Amino acid sequence: MTGAPDPARAEPARAEHAARQRLDGIVPVGPVRASAYVCEAVSCMSASGLEILTGLTSQVAGASLTDVAVKRVGCIGLCAAGPLVRINETGELFSHVRPDALGPIVEALAAVRPGAGPVPEPAFFARQMRIATENSGRIDPENLGDYVAVGGYDALRQCVTSMTPAEVRDQITRSGLRGRGGAGYPTGLKWNTVAKAPGIGKYVICNADEGDPGAFMDRSVLESDPFRVLEGMAIAAYAVGAKAGYVYCRAEYPLAVTRLRKAIREASRAGYLGASVLDTEFAFEVDVRLGAGAFVCGEETALIASIEGGRGTPSPRPPYPAVAGLWDRPTLINNVETFANVAPIIRNGGDWFAAIGTETSKGTKVFALAGRVVNTGLVEVPMGTTLREIVFDIGGGIVDGRAFKAVQTGGPAGGCIPAQFLDMPVDYESLMGVGSFMGSGGMIVMDDTSCMVNVAKYFMDFCREESCGKCVPCRVGTTQLWMLLDRISSGQAIMDDLTQMERLAAMVQRTSLCGLGQGAPNPIFSTLRYFRDEYLSHINERVCPAGVCEIEQQAVIA
Amino acid sequence: MSVARPKPPAPSEDKRWRIVETRMRRLGNRPDALIEALHAAQEAFGYLDDDALRYVSDTLTVPPSTAFGVATFYHYFTLKPQGQHTCIVCTGTACYINGATQILAAISADLGVQPKQTTADGRLSLLTARCLGACSLAPAAIIDGQVEGRVRPAELVARLEAL
Repeated sequence: MTGAPDPARAEPARAEHAARQRLDGIVPVGPVRASAYVCEAVSCMSASGLEILTGLTSQVAGASLTDVAVKRVGCIGLCAAGPLVRINETGELFSHVRPDALGPIVEALAAVRPGAGPVPEPAFFARQMRIATENSGRIDPENLGDYVAVGGYDALRQCVTSMTPAEVRDQITRSGLRGRGGAGYPTGLKWNTVAKAPGIGKYVICNADEGDPGAFMDRSVLESDPFRVLEGMAIAAYAVGAKAGYVYCRAEYPLAVTRLRKAIREASRAGYLGASVLDTEFAFEVDVRLGAGAFVCGEETALIASIEGGRGTPSPRPPYPAVAGLWDRPTLINNVETFANVAPIIRNGGDWFAAIGTETSKGTKVFALAGRVVNTGLVEVPMGTTLREIVFDIGGGIVDGRAFKAVQTGGPAGGCIPAQFLDMPVDYESLMGVGSFMGSGGMIVMDDTSCMVNVAKYFMDFCREESCGKCVPCRVGTTQLWMLLDRISSGQAIMDDLTQMERLAAMVQRTSLCGLGQGAPNPIFSTLRYFRDEYLSHINERVCPAGVCEIEQQAVIA
Repeated sequence: MSVARPKPPAPSEDKRWRIVETRMRRLGNRPDALIEALHAAQEAFGYLDDDALRYVSDTLTVPPSTAFGVATFYHYFTLKPQGQHTCIVCTGTACYINGATQILAAISADLGVQPKQTTADGRLSLLTARCLGACSLAPAAIIDGQVEGRVRPAELVARLEAL
């Protein structure tokens, strides 16, 4: 292999001590017998910050374990049990780790024998298949050398040195990859449109404005494997003929932003980005742009308006960004997870990816499992895995052994899927078929303590607040829908209100300018479809079956 | 082509304006640097006042109305000074399912402050967030920059009182 220098291998072996010790981990000079991977993603860090990493580092050094490595890694996935430390050689997982009780981990590290077999994996991990998150929890997200050591940037090198842009696009098309941001538009088709659009100065944008409440896949991927996303963007830029790109990231994700900026600096310094990528004529520069807390900016035309420095309000399409996007140049916009899938597709070929998943939805999907489920966290499963497998086998079932009621997917534009569809394989089409939506991958599990009228009201409140105000159906319609829902949930509605609400919801869906308004009525439709009796109890009996809504028991006027 | 325009002076001697100035200059003092510039100003001063908006709009040659429009469009920007301490309660879906509403109600009842308000003594600002992305720790809150997971209303109120 030629090309860029590899920082990990170029590291001089300063063997004054047996180990090179820093505050943030240990890299032994000699062969490594055992290594502790300390999760340093937001979820685990919030409990104890850096104390576990620094504590373990000093205790391993103090115990003179000269052949033991300690390193920071990205999200291990099982966030519910965090903070997590994993011994890589055996797979042994320490959960709920406390900085003042690291002794057992040090003992376990000391006891690891070479060639020791791995301990059986918990079902949470065994049922998963990791492609987009394959490096999460395995590499140090702040170390380029670590990424390169697991085959990072091989795909980019392969593209720029031995493939034409058309061949790259062909592999992506053959893979059947579809946009992971929610709508599921075929990625290969989008790349081809941008590549064929006339004009110079094309752009590649990574949409990391993960606004869906209850979704944290993009945050986790950016925090755990930022180089992977940059590599995907660079390959895309090569394939469509772009020279510059932006990552539009939420300001609410400071750790992701920090790691991303650091990754851009390191990758540029090592020649994986910049004026001459891997010593070829291909040039690609990336910059980060911060969002500022507007949900609508996840919509591509609004996102572009925001990068241009203005209010994030959407524009009618066409023209699509693929033809006239950022500064009216042809612009490719893909989601974080979509870009994270690009490098493995190039490495293994489009056909390999196409062999995974269902007829229409290929590959895997990352879901953020949250709500009333035991194993909350990040999971990646092949498309076509059933909801039951995700919620019960991987998720461990419902908290406190309560009854499953529904799973909400697709964020504020999605729907609630009731128990009767638990055995349905999850892909883009099947979710649409039951009135929901893939969305970015948030999956919120609800039990019998949730009132579906209240859930619909919660999402409508979200859309009402987040409506940018540009078009009337969304600005006025979401507010009116919220008022109707409020009336129902407070026991003051009559049946006519329900009819009114259904008519208005259909109108908002049909006439809004962008996906926010078009999707806003979905929670109403799906809860009405499967939980109509709950609405009727609120209206006719003035009772909230789940006991969530506050209904004043007033005397009914005869 | 372009005519050199005198650079508008910083509103005061405060060294923090240098940070804002640098960020704008790095982006070529172009109008599209507006959001980045507002981020820099808010990071430096904690909120955006009239001086900051005017300085940014003058430097980037955008109308003050546009700067004001952008600053009020995005939830992340605040035009009012914050209290000594801040508590951000997440109201994302997972937190809502796990009782964020009760947490807000408990804080409001005990400390007499509604979301987006600061206590009368200026000690605590209560804010809400759409989603912190810490859904596996739901319900979550951020107290002075530190993420707290699996928050219970009574414990949180006690902690806020003790700040």
